[in-house]
Amino acid sequence: MASRWERDPVLTVEHLTMRFGGLLAVDNLSFSAGRGDITALIGPNGAGKTTVFNCITGFYKPSEGRIILKRGGDGVMGELAALTESGRRFVERESGALYLLERMPENQVSQTAQVARTFQNIRLFSGMTVLENLLVAQHNDLMTASGFSIGGIVGAKSYRDAEATAVEFALHWLERVDLAGRADDAAGELAYGDQRRVEIARAMCTKPTLLCLDEPAAGLNARESADLNTLLLSIREQEEISILLIEHDMGVVMGISDHIVVLDYGEKISDGTPKQVREDPAVVAAYLGVEDEHVEAATKEIAS
Amino acid sequence: MAEAAQTTRDGAAPSTALVSRLAPAFKDAGIAALIALALSVPLLSERTVQQGSSLVLQNRWWLAFTAMGLVFVGRLALNLLREGDVTSRVSAVLDQAKIGLPPTDFGRWLAPAMIAFAVILPFMPFSDRYIMDVSILVLTYVMLGWGLNIVVGLAGLLDLGYVAFYAVGAYSFALIAIHFDLGFWISLPIAGALAALWGLILGFPVLRLRGDYLAIVTLAFGEIIRVVLLNWDDLTNGPNGISGIPRPTLFGLQFKAFGDDTFAQFFGLSYSPLHRIIYLYYIILILALITCLITIRLRRLPIGRAWEALREDEIACRSLGINTTNTKLTAFAIGAMFGGFAGSFFAARQGFISPQSFTFIESAIILAIVVLGGLGSQIGVAIAAIILIGGFELFRDLEQYRMLVFGLAMVFIMVWRPRGLIATRAPTILAGGKRDPPETVGGAQ
Repeated sequence: MASRWERDPVLTVEHLTMRFGGLLAVDNLSFSAGRGDITALIGPNGAGKTTVFNCITGFYKPSEGRIILKRGGDGVMGELAALTESGRRFVERESGALYLLERMPENQVSQTAQVARTFQNIRLFSGMTVLENLLVAQHNDLMTASGFSIGGIVGAKSYRDAEATAVEFALHWLERVDLAGRADDAAGELAYGDQRRVEIARAMCTKPTLLCLDEPAAGLNARESADLNTLLLSIREQEEISILLIEHDMGVVMGISDHIVVLDYGEKISDGTPKQVREDPAVVAAYLGVEDEHVEAATKEIAS
Repeated sequence: MAEAAQTTRDGAAPSTALVSRLAPAFKDAGIAALIALALSVPLLSERTVQQGSSLVLQNRWWLAFTAMGLVFVGRLALNLLREGDVTSRVSAVLDQAKIGLPPTDFGRWLAPAMIAFAVILPFMPFSDRYIMDVSILVLTYVMLGWGLNIVVGLAGLLDLGYVAFYAVGAYSFALIAIHFDLGFWISLPIAGALAALWGLILGFPVLRLRGDYLAIVTLAFGEIIRVVLLNWDDLTNGPNGISGIPRPTLFGLQFKAFGDDTFAQFFGLSYSPLHRIIYLYYIILILALITCLITIRLRRLPIGRAWEALREDEIACRSLGINTTNTKLTAFAIGAMFGGFAGSFFAARQGFISPQSFTFIESAIILAIVVLGGLGSQIGVAIAAIILIGGFELFRDLEQYRMLVFGLAMVFIMVWRPRGLIATRAPTILAGGKRDPPETVGGAQ
């Protein structure tokens, strides 16, 4: 029986390969992320996780492979071959839409395909206020509402209304991440953990279908990372969006993921539910080198 | 500071304290004197003097050594009179002296007061021809500063060739006005649009560049425009420039001494050349205020926030779906448009333009105004323009030394306020839809 992420994937990565000169960072990687799932991409440092992220979000153009984002029902899947053949970037129908992310520049991945992301090293607009950060995330909607600035300059009511709605939406997300009181503070002045949450709120303000988080728990203490788990679960429950995350914190990964993909040296070494992955000898070997018995045996040999 | 020195001196026996400080004090003064010598030899020791038809070098070594001696004695005295080394104390004093701009409520009254003063200035008793000419010059630079502020201050794109758009505006205006016989008010928007177009043309090749690289390319662009103006004889009349540019008219009324439809005749006044100057003054005041108003409005619109976001982090911008290409190009184009307007005004005011007016130093001065004023701050830019350009005029009597005074003043301001006169950034929006009042003319506090 096919696993649930293969039955209704929101994201399908096929034969993704990324070369930097002679370095093969990602080698023929294929996986799916299910709709409404929290999918974790894990692996030792240098395994190529962030490279995969950058390929999905359009920051890198993959050397080979196809990355498909699907919205809506399966009806549109029939057009995949035609879309790939045509050289176009996406097809949108009543029943659903298909986007070939590897063909899109990063801003289109965000604007059209509705994939939002955060960064390993937080990238907030630190001189601007938290609220402004969240408004910049709604740039494209507001830009249209402001009549490409013409209506905004003359102070059109339609723009003022759109701005009020955007502020409301931003404040709603600030409340969701427990930072309602900090809206007017410069983003750079917030504590590290708060900045992480602002970045997630900012990504959510782009109203994404798929949220990609690059190590959201890095640098958080135990309590903060437990709060993060709650937040991510609530995002999945209430917004019906899918989450793809890179994470080293096994508490977060095992606690909330529905599906884990393990990379090592750019190749997929395991793919399954948290339980399956935890018991996979290949994963244990990649993380610890070899299993404990082998280590013990080696230690004895050296001692004797 | 003085108190601290006092207590230490009282604490130790005066003579021993002095002796123990003697050696380091002499050493420090010696180093300072050597630096002074190194600086004053090239600056002071030789001078060219005209004797008859030839230039000869006049040797003034004594001047260099006097400078060195003065520095030595002065530094030694400072070292012995007070504790600690002089340099750190000077910066400490400057740190303490951050009195200048009281934080809140400052922008609230300053900006309206400045505008009110600008409006009534021509009718003040002391406003003679000289004051008005200087004011027009200052306002031109205020406008240029505000225009460049969009590119450098808001969008964070370091543009060293801004004078190119000033030149494009001036030449477009002059050529359109002369060849098509169009008046000031029709040529002005056309010249602005052409400058904006050149802003786009420059913008395209430099889209991928940031920081130093962008600065170099824009610098080159500014020079290219000047060299083209200098060499394209057929169109621009080369180094001889273009003269006979029509003066602005007030609804068809001309500012002339004789003839029909003159301003003086229409209003039954006796002719005075000051009328035209005052009229020019109000034109540039209105143009500058429009620039400011539009910038303040744009800053609060999505495009303005996108500019500032671009300055903060371009990669994050792209991850949020912002088309950074369009965002940068609009910044270049709008900044260039205001530069073009200022150029048109310059041409109409002078009646004559030549490539001489559009050298790199102009770009440097405008950039200095923006940086000194505080990147992104409207009122800071206005104050910096008044200080810089007004200061230039004030020290005109000092001739060659005014550059020295100017440089010193800049060093002091940058030590005193490293991020410009007005460094705080006003949020474009506050939670609950409140606006920040001082922001109306300023980005002040």
